[in-house]
Amino acid sequence: MRRGLGLGALGLAALAAAAFFVTGATPIDDSPLAGRASDPAKGETIFIASGCASCHAAPDAKDDAKLILAGGQRFESDFGTFIAPNISPHPDAGIGSWTLGEFASAVKKGVSPEGQHYYPAFPYGSYLHMDDQDVVDLWAYWQTLPADATPSQPHEVGFPFNIRRSVGVWKLLYLDDTWVVQTADTPELERGRYLVEALAHCGECHTPRDALGGMNRANWLGGAPNPTGRGTIPSLRPADLTWEPTEIAYYLETGFTPDFDSAGGHMVAVIENFAKLPASDRQAVAAYLKALP
Amino acid sequence: MKKHLTFAVAFAALACGTAAYAQSDFSAQLKARQGQFRIMAINLGIIGDMAQGKSEYNAEAAQAAADTLVAVSMIQQAPMWPAGSDNMAIEGTRAQPNIWEQNDDFLAKWGDFGTAAKAIQAAAAGGVEGLGPVMGQVGGACKACHDTYRAPAN
Ligand code: HEC
Ligand code: HEC
Ligand code: HEC
Repeated sequence: MRRGLGLGALGLAALAAAAFFVTGATPIDDSPLAGRASDPAKGETIFIASGCASCHAAPDAKDDAKLILAGGQRFESDFGTFIAPNISPHPDAGIGSWTLGEFASAVKKGVSPEGQHYYPAFPYGSYLHMDDQDVVDLWAYWQTLPADATPSQPHEVGFPFNIRRSVGVWKLLYLDDTWVVQTADTPELERGRYLVEALAHCGECHTPRDALGGMNRANWLGGAPNPTGRGTIPSLRPADLTWEPTEIAYYLETGFTPDFDSAGGHMVAVIENFAKLPASDRQAVAAYLKALP
Repeated sequence: MKKHLTFAVAFAALACGTAAYAQSDFSAQLKARQGQFRIMAINLGIIGDMAQGKSEYNAEAAQAAADTLVAVSMIQQAPMWPAGSDNMAIEGTRAQPNIWEQNDDFLAKWGDFGTAAKAIQAAAAGGVEGLGPVMGQVGGACKACHDTYRAPAN
């Protein structure tokens, strides 16, 4: 891991120098978003499935306090520690003064209103698949959330990763708007793919990463070292996860494995979210996992 | 004299070494606490399978399983969690060091499991419909502790 980081730092610095001119951050074309009707109730489902609150709520927030997107949670990585910002509708501390287009650029392209790149600790590499209508509905739901005045904290990352421009290189290498699983020939598989690959970003934890922190799509959901300590985030590939589809759906609802162990770690937040989604969504995720090639 | 002293020091070091080894193994404590969790999982499984309709509801079996959960919740915990038996210090455990750093919270979460076990005990013999909600409560107690204090498996 150390060695990988060394090579990664050098490689990234060299690439950053070479590619400086092609790595500018351009906002999204927001014309497809304009003039659409919005449905905040649908947006709530997108919000829950996407786990925005799991990262942006205050570190020990419980239940309804999770809707206050005050930020402050810390995410350790090989590149430093990222601290989730305040994204509540507060006009100064949060993102209350943003437009829909700016919001969509952040979520789907990782580009800030100031034209800078966000770090991929914000999983826009998965959200880039998000439907335009879903972004509009999510934005409408977000308006209903409480504002909070807690200031965002700076990330704790060193050179060269503190140069946001270098993230442009990362994006060139890793952002990929094609689906990992190309064929999803039933509505259920399509829904499962949308939940796993886009909204719920299961791959961000369950897929191994290379030295530069990009997901290794060839080993999609194949399991990965736990980034915050001991242990391994398990593989979800059919050869490894041999549970029945109903057992996978039950786990996503209750946290109980088939032998009634109970989930732990970062998976708990995912389960708390999935417990609030319709049963058909949990079944769709199970069907998708079972159909992985 | 010098030679003797060296010998004595070496001997003392050896003795210390053995003592340290015996102490940092903790295999009995690991077996005990991991076994306690397995007893919980097995008994919860009896009730959970009934709640899901995987097995037929049987009031007596459900009650026995629930009583067992309550019994486990009354086992005193401290002797099974000696300092230094965390997953950064030794192999064979998924217990994180923060158990000892925030021990009051850890024990409060164990207490929440006890409360949930009593709720199952009260509901177990009252029909299959009552099992779902109490399973949810106990599941919440398990997850809340594993969320903070247990690392993923290797
Ligand atoms: C895995 C954790 C994680 C999840 C899930 C997540 N975010 Fe973030 N988000 C971050 C981090 C970390 C940053 C900071 C990125 C940076 O500064 O480069 C961020 C930044 C942002 C920003 C930019 C804020 C600013 O002040 O510039 C917005 C907007 C945002 N997230 C919205 C969302 C929305 C909406 C969702 C759900 C659809 C979401 N996030 C889900 C971790 C997350
Ligand atoms: C107060 C905290 C706490 C509560 C409550 C709790 N657990 Fe655990 N559990 C742990 C810890 C810590 C470990 C890791 C122990 C170790 O590896 O030494 C663990 C391990 C386990 C294991 C693995 C045992 C093994 O074979 O290694 C199972 C199964 C388990 N728990 C099930 C449950 C179930 C089911 C519940 C709820 C009914 C529950 N636990 C409630 C803290 C808790
Ligand atoms: C934030 C990181 C994260 C995300 C996102 C995530 N998981 Fe997990 N997942 C974990 C961790 C950590 C574990 C290990 C849980 C434990 O220690 O009990 C896990 C365990 C699991 C397991 C149990 C596997 C086993 O063999 O025990 C399944 C199934 C699972 N996840 C499915 C999913 C699905 C489906 C998604 C997307 C909807 C998802 N996960 C998203 C971190 C994550």
